[in-house]
Amino acid sequence: MLQILFDALSLGSLYALGALGIALIFGVMRLVNFAHGDVIAFCVFALLWPSTDAMAIVFAGQLPWYLLVPFVLLCGAGLSVLCEIVVFRRFRNANPATMMIASFALGFVIRYFLLMLYSSRPKSISLLPTLSQPVEIFGARLPLLQLITIVVTMAILIGLTLFLRQTRFGLEMRAAAENFSMARMLGVRANRVIMGAFALSGALAGAIALIFGSQTGTADIQMGASIMLMAFIATVIGGLGSLGGAVLAGFLLGAASVVMQVVLPVDARPFRDAFVYGAVILVLLFRPQGLIAARGTKERV
Amino acid sequence: MSAVVSETPLAGDVVAAKKPARFSLARRTIITPILLSLLLIAITLITVMTGSRPFNQTVIDVLVRVIFVVGLYIFIGNSGVLSFGHVGFACLGAYATAWLTINPIMKSSALPGLPEWLLQMRLPYWEAAVLAALFAGVAALIFGRVLMRLSGIAASIATFAVLAMINTIYSNWDSVTGGTSSVVGIPIIRTIWPYLIGAVVAVFIAWAHAISRSGLALRAARDEPIAASASGVDIPRERLVAFVVSGAVMGLGGALMAHSIGVVTPDTFYLSLTFTTLSMLVVGGMGSLSGGVIGVVLLSALIQALRWFEAGVPMGESTFALPKGLQEIALGIIMIVILALRPSGLMGNREVTLPRRNRG
Repeated sequence: MLQILFDALSLGSLYALGALGIALIFGVMRLVNFAHGDVIAFCVFALLWPSTDAMAIVFAGQLPWYLLVPFVLLCGAGLSVLCEIVVFRRFRNANPATMMIASFALGFVIRYFLLMLYSSRPKSISLLPTLSQPVEIFGARLPLLQLITIVVTMAILIGLTLFLRQTRFGLEMRAAAENFSMARMLGVRANRVIMGAFALSGALAGAIALIFGSQTGTADIQMGASIMLMAFIATVIGGLGSLGGAVLAGFLLGAASVVMQVVLPVDARPFRDAFVYGAVILVLLFRPQGLIAARGTKERV
Repeated sequence: MSAVVSETPLAGDVVAAKKPARFSLARRTIITPILLSLLLIAITLITVMTGSRPFNQTVIDVLVRVIFVVGLYIFIGNSGVLSFGHVGFACLGAYATAWLTINPIMKSSALPGLPEWLLQMRLPYWEAAVLAALFAGVAALIFGRVLMRLSGIAASIATFAVLAMINTIYSNWDSVTGGTSSVVGIPIIRTIWPYLIGAVVAVFIAWAHAISRSGLALRAARDEPIAASASGVDIPRERLVAFVVSGAVMGLGGALMAHSIGVVTPDTFYLSLTFTTLSMLVVGGMGSLSGGVIGVVLLSALIQALRWFEAGVPMGESTFALPKGLQEIALGIIMIVILALRPSGLMGNREVTLPRRNRG
């Protein structure tokens, strides 16, 4: 029972962090960033030395953890800001579909850039190996990593909430998410806020990369995609642009996947994802605006 | 390229007026599908004249993609709702044609879960393709009844959920779909003509839908949803019509794709095909049938050119070859540049027509 709870929480954490990264950017510039998954993959590969061999040559991954973590977060933030400056700045006034396809094209470029440097074969890496030892809590044996995932996610969420509520920059960002043109008129610098959002979202991608990389122990060019899809769905179910909703929906999706894995009869288990997606459709039918509808996204006449 | 066809005033025009106005609308706009078909026919004729087999296969791929993108346009272009799920209907169509055309002996060993009557059946490919389109259309009707109440990004995600559901089911229902392993034995059609006919039919279906009462009402709802529903447009219903028509066209495309490569797997019809076709539509111009067709032709030509460069082009003494992976990177960059320069796609909302002489 406890095992299920922790499984659900740790899977939900990943989805929640991913959804947050997407929701942050959507909030300030109405962009559904499909390149986010590839930023995650990039962060994992940043730990390796470029080579097309099957064996991974660990490069930055050998750093002690207190250097490793900031390094990966910075990689993510840096790449994300770079994407903003080089690409998304030119799409500020484009319609959402165009932005979406542009972000997809950008993700494509990042993915094949990685492919060129590292080849498409998945590589096994051991990232922070000490974390995979099991620990015993309340009679349940859990991998330490799972526990850390949950704790870290909680810490990130609390930190982010404090940041958004207590600092001036956070206030500006929330204002921009609420009503971008009004915020600009009141003196919020558009470029700064958007770049900040991209940096945060990139750092979140870095965090996911660390967690996911040490969980699976492989570096794969496609690895961002699966989390990305769920995160994307979570953002929409949560209410696009609503950060709290994104986190909530991320955890719900994680819980739904884990619970269905346990509850469904054995014959139906391979179809688990179909049931999860079915549930997604149901949620959307009853609450098309999302679980927690963001203010300011409602269309006015 | 001078006339603006898809503008809302036309909708008011036609809904108010009686039949003759509709006929004149048809007469005024029919040049677009004719020109697009001529483009496709020209490409096909050039291919047939060169007689090169790999090139033949490439052009077949292009024609199949034209069907897909036109199918997407029927829903996305007219309703303005981005759909990520349409490739799912292509998947349904592809498997339907596999069920109908594979040799019964092979079928009963590879796909034992099929019902008896289907196991015994063996149809010629064109009948199977039409049935596959109908099957996909019916599936679209069922999903659409539920989904078309949604709009905006919620609808897009819901369609994506449909795609993911179809993919999960088809990847795991081993006895009927063969699971993730590929279904082989579908008769391969190597002549180019059926694909050309399919593409031209798709273009004409899209045109007929666009100038139908339903299509006009839907475009009015895309541009001014509130005004349209105030004027009595039942938006979910018109969306459903477009969804079903486009689902059927996707099914046709899926069936023809299955016949062009001879194997189907669920993952052929998943994210990468979704994004390829969507990109082609958006780069060409989401709101325009011509944009869709031109997007496919241009991007396919680009992909092909980059592939040639990747394979190596003899330049004087040495061969000039791009490193592997650069093809995709270049494609991505070119797409970004096109979209940055022309945010509403190459064609925007316009259609290709002949310059009009007598206005009014």
